[in-house]
Order: sequence, then structure tokens, then C-alpha cells
Amino acid sequence: MMPRAEMVHWWFATGFLIIGLLLVSEAVVGTEVWGRRPWRRYLWPGTCFLLGVLMWPVMTFFTNSTIHMAAHGAWAQVLMLAGGVELARARGKLHSQYWRLCSSLALLVSGGALLVHEQQHWLFARSAFLHHALGWTLIVGAVFPLLHAFRPRSFVAATGFATTFLVTAVLLYCDRDTAQIFGYISRNAGYPHR
Amino acid sequence: MSAELVTELKAGEREAPRALSLRVRFVRGLGPLVVLAGIVWAVVQPYRITLLHPHGQGFWWLLAEPPIYVVLVGLLFRFVVAPGLAEDLEE
Repeated sequence: MMPRAEMVHWWFATGFLIIGLLLVSEAVVGTEVWGRRPWRRYLWPGTCFLLGVLMWPVMTFFTNSTIHMAAHGAWAQVLMLAGGVELARARGKLHSQYWRLCSSLALLVSGGALLVHEQQHWLFARSAFLHHALGWTLIVGAVFPLLHAFRPRSFVAATGFATTFLVTAVLLYCDRDTAQIFGYISRNAGYPHR
Repeated sequence: MSAELVTELKAGEREAPRALSLRVRFVRGLGPLVVLAGIVWAVVQPYRITLLHPHGQGFWWLLAEPPIYVVLVGLLFRFVVAPGLAEDLEE
């Protein structure tokens, strides 16, 4: 017996909410204060890496279509890449600030995969709307780690990156498989529920 | 030293503790704010908490309680991350 797709989205939303809160606090207190306790440096990269690992079973078991499966595989890889690189930076194995570009790449690939694997238009049903909204949120959000790589002390870049995760969490929590969006739902979408 | 410069320096000295205090408040307030958001969500959409009406619900529906997840994340942040962070800020 498998959980419904929207439930998996809510679980991942919780992971993104945790990352967003950690990143926003790091942005507010500053990297120096944040890094004063070594365990804190591993929190958000560790959560990101864990989400990437947990995305593999989602890819394996939710196989409604090939492109769906490929998209989940791409998310698993880029989440693990971004998390792994930031873990290495926290550990001191990687030093260059330009490794932050991996986070930008991860958001860009994730956003692209969301847009490519959604075959319906924005107002087809709530899940279609959310795929489009999430895709564009992540693509716009990719600007912030890019900016952060070149301006490591930028408050805008740090808070923008954190906000991307918080917005992603809210959008994922809004997900329901077959539900109206702003009062609309396509006749072809099926019966709305809960 | 001119009176104007002294006034500016004193204003700068006052600004630093104020900004610090705001940051400490933010760190301490973030968790409770998230908890409040979860509670408001639960009140607005009580049907998203299947534990309130568990009869006939399957295992996954009873496990998936998004507003409770939000409350738990807020509590986790408040009691695990915020105390040490606020302490480090105040030092």
C-alpha cells in the first residue's frame, strides 16, 4: 500500500521548511556566529543531502511515467550534489566560494525538471499549477546562490536563497492531487477530493 | 573632537546593541512564529488533520498531518537550534 503522491510532497515540504528556517537564521546572525558551534554548520547541508537520498525511493516507487521518473532522479542527484558540496565546505574539504554554484545548478536543474515534466497548462488542476509555480520559483531562486558565489557577504543573496526554500515548502504543502486552483479545474483532471 | 562627530559616534554605539537585540529576538521568535502558522493553518483547514476524525482513515492518512508537521518543525527550531544561536549572538 503506497502513500498518495501529495503526502510525499508534504513530507518533502517539511524538509524544505527545515532547510529554509536554518538558512534564514544563518543569514540573519551571520556566517561567523552560525559556525561557532561546528554541528550547526552541517545542519542544512545534511538535511539537503538526506532529502536527495530519500528522493531515490520516490523515483523508484512512483513510476507513473518515464519523464516523471527521470525528473525525480534528477532531483535526487542535484539535492545530493548541493548537500554533499556544502557538507564538504562545512568540513573544510572544499574552500572555494565558487562551489556555491552547485546550489545554483541544483535549483536550475530542479526548476527545469519541474517545468518539463508537467504536461498540462497552469489552470488544469492544482498539481499542474504548483508544478509551474515551483518550477519558476526554483529557476528565479537559482539567481541567489549565483550571487552568493560572487558576493559571499551579500545579505540579499543569503535571505533570497532561504526564501526560495520557504516558498517551495509552502507550495509543496498546498499540493493535492486532484483539486481546484483559484476555483478552476479541467473536466479532464478527474474528481476533486479533499 | 567636534560635538557633531561625538553625537554620531554615540549613535553608532547605540545602534550596534539594538541591531543585536533585534537579531536575538528574531532567532528566539522564529520558532514560535512557525508554530503559530501551523496552529492558524489547523484552525483554518481542520480537515487536514485526520487525527481529529480518525474513523475510517488508513495508515498514510493518519501519518500525513501537514499542520502538525509545521508545528513540530517550529518546536524543533525553538528548542534545538534557537537557544544556542541566541546565546552565541549575545556573547
